Amino acid sequence: MIRIRLSHSKSGALRYTGNLDMQKVWERAFRRARLPLAYSQGFHPQPRINQACPLPLGFTSTAELLDVWLTDEMPLDQVRAAVEGAIPAGLKIQAVETIDLHAPALQTQVDTADYAITLHHPVDAGDLRRRIAALMDAPAVMRERRGKMYNLRPLIMAMRIFEPIGNPVRLFLTLTVREGATGRPEEVLLELGLDPFAATVERTQLRLKDLHPESL
Amino acid sequence: MLNSHEIALRLERILPQVQKPGRYVGGEYNQISKDWQAVATRVALAFPDIYDIGLPNLGLAIFYEQLNARPDVLAERVYCPWIDMEAHMRAEQIPLFSLESQRPVLDFDILAFTLPYETLFTNALNLLDLAGIPLKSSQRAAHHPLVIAGGHACYNPEPMADFIDAFVIGEGEEVIEEIVNTYQAWKRTGQDRRALLLALAAIPGVYVPMFYRPVFQADGTLERMETLDPAVPVNITKRMLARLPPAPSHFLVPNIEVVHNRISVEIMRGCTRGCRFCHAGMINRPVRERSIEEIVETLQTALDSTGFEEIALLSLASSDYTRITDLVDAVTTRFAGKNLVVSLPSLRIESFSVDLMEKLKGSRQGGFTLAPEAATERMRTIINKPISTEQLLETARAIYSHGWPTIKLYFMIGHPEETLEDVQAIADLCKAVLAEGRRTIGGRAQVHAGVSTFIPKPHTPFQWVSADSVEQIEAKQALLRRELRGPNLKLNWTDPRDTMLEAFLSRGDRRLGEVILGAWQRGAKFDAWQDQVRHDAWQEAIADAGLTMDFYVHRTRFVDEVFPWDHINPAVKKSYLLEEYRNSQSGILRGDCRQQCYACGILPTFTGLRRLNRGDYWKCPEVPARKTPALAE
Repeated sequence: MIRIRLSHSKSGALRYTGNLDMQKVWERAFRRARLPLAYSQGFHPQPRINQACPLPLGFTSTAELLDVWLTDEMPLDQVRAAVEGAIPAGLKIQAVETIDLHAPALQTQVDTADYAITLHHPVDAGDLRRRIAALMDAPAVMRERRGKMYNLRPLIMAMRIFEPIGNPVRLFLTLTVREGATGRPEEVLLELGLDPFAATVERTQLRLKDLHPESL
Repeated sequence: MLNSHEIALRLERILPQVQKPGRYVGGEYNQISKDWQAVATRVALAFPDIYDIGLPNLGLAIFYEQLNARPDVLAERVYCPWIDMEAHMRAEQIPLFSLESQRPVLDFDILAFTLPYETLFTNALNLLDLAGIPLKSSQRAAHHPLVIAGGHACYNPEPMADFIDAFVIGEGEEVIEEIVNTYQAWKRTGQDRRALLLALAAIPGVYVPMFYRPVFQADGTLERMETLDPAVPVNITKRMLARLPPAPSHFLVPNIEVVHNRISVEIMRGCTRGCRFCHAGMINRPVRERSIEEIVETLQTALDSTGFEEIALLSLASSDYTRITDLVDAVTTRFAGKNLVVSLPSLRIESFSVDLMEKLKGSRQGGFTLAPEAATERMRTIINKPISTEQLLETARAIYSHGWPTIKLYFMIGHPEETLEDVQAIADLCKAVLAEGRRTIGGRAQVHAGVSTFIPKPHTPFQWVSADSVEQIEAKQALLRRELRGPNLKLNWTDPRDTMLEAFLSRGDRRLGEVILGAWQRGAKFDAWQDQVRHDAWQEAIADAGLTMDFYVHRTRFVDEVFPWDHINPAVKKSYLLEEYRNSQSGILRGDCRQQCYACGILPTFTGLRRLNRGDYWKCPEVPARKTPALAE
């Protein structure tokens, strides 16, 4: 048995495929690639595929991670070639590596994520800058989501604004993606008074706990 | 009209706000995206319900693969937007677009609907409207797409005749190519739309309703169907493939959950059992089987190209497949150890079926399904589905003892001449099956009874009969609800109003065009969805057109009545259907027509094809040639 970690991007039509459905997308892609998939035990054996961190519907990403277990050894370049020949449009493999079988589950290891947000409509950048500063200075930012109150502020690690001349304003966010403490970019946009449906969001980095945060 | 780029921009904003946006973006594995400019003819294939239901449709899969195999044609897909998406599209003026290229449907040459059942009619109108295509065929000009339709519901095309330019009657694989070729030839000449429709009407199996006019009698029945151009045929005989073409294998693999996430392979087409209520059994004759080798190879290619975890071996009666044991053995051997789920629907009620399912080693979670349809011998003789209660109970014992805790039993109420005693017998039979289960496996045993209501269909021996009234149906359902209570018994039934609507549309004539249009204008759509169907809108539209549901649903027809679908020839003779109707009334059973030919009309209609395809590919037994001239080639 081996465990393989696939770094990949997700874009195009697949933006509208949620995490649960992505599990099936990968499963079928791996079967088309004829990987020797390892299955879980039990009444309904399922292929052992483990995605790091749900990507909200509509977001693209250049920094997704997934682990898959195979029953037989297989050279990594062969795995990569087989998978690349079998994935649907919208997925791109960036790296393939072997992971220790006993390493902790990916979901428990993700720590923070970076998001790049492009705003579709013109905004007053100075005003937005002030709102960002106020948000970052606030000791707590209470918001309600699905009927529950929570504090958004500690979930935001960093935020900055970028105004390229002649191009739409962009925001860069670093949010926590720990189990039970996941910051959502659309919540930040709403808090800033921006329309999340008038923005394109891309996840650009996913950091694991045992890695050093580089660019906070 | 927006172009594909503008549509894409508006979708960016809308998609995050609708349920399951993956329905509207395509991009599935095995999607075929061709260069729009590089082909002569663009076909939009439409399934008039949502993506979740349309994507697994085998008919559309066949044409998608087949048309895209032509270098000069591209085929893209269209489904109904769900209510939320439709509201956004209308608000943002986004026209109906294809999933592959996000092009407006108006830009296509041909819009082809599949209409497998009648409750899709208003959805088809809604799609035309969203596309910006005039709803009525008579209002369309040369620049509008040609609107065609095929599928089982088109064996009575009259209710939709106002809206469809040309119907395909029967199997579409060959005729779709002829339609495309005819379209291309017409386009080169630059003639008007009438010229195109006349050319299409000359293709065998194509019905162009604008060249036909129904003439009604004072009592509302049809006097005759008049042809309006000397060039068009009086009768339209269905198309039938002498041999089944290669089955599709490069199925689209959806990126979201749909109703059936699986590979479907038709192991055979048609059925020789002759159940008198069964539309599919009458119109899909003769029976043709694919070889085991072809089925297994198709499955292998399909598994390699899709990665699906489930396969379905489809037919109207799996147990009748000549070498069914060998087929099941071949499939289980070839794909052993692959964690595949194999489904084999429509098994006969006999313990041998349990052996077959046993070999498939599938999950027993969903239960084992049997379809006795009726519970008394009298009823079974009327519908020509003879099985003995003893055999059913024996099969039930075998099912429970082989580890299935649940048996699903499908029945129909409302068969001709049915009494409350016959309905009581359904309840008794369910209880008897459950008692077998209790004896065999104890308290775990379950029975789920699915009781639908019979709808008389065109081109069947019961096309003359009256459907039960709502009161009759309600009384029967009340009896079942009263009787089938208690632990481990589950009962499902159909809302009688849904049955009435389908019965109304099934045997309708051309005057229903106004009703369908009126119902749609009053908001009717998604009529197959219990939570969406608008019976009030239908009632109003029927009244507005000066018609009554009773005339279409609750009227026993005279044996010599001219039906609105009589000019559509399914190759099964009306005289044969009448004979079968009379047999049902005099309690005469007819056996499997693989054993003995009852002269339904298939062989004389297709003598030429039969001559070219001797042997046992068609499951019709050889009949000594008679001295009568062939009806048609």
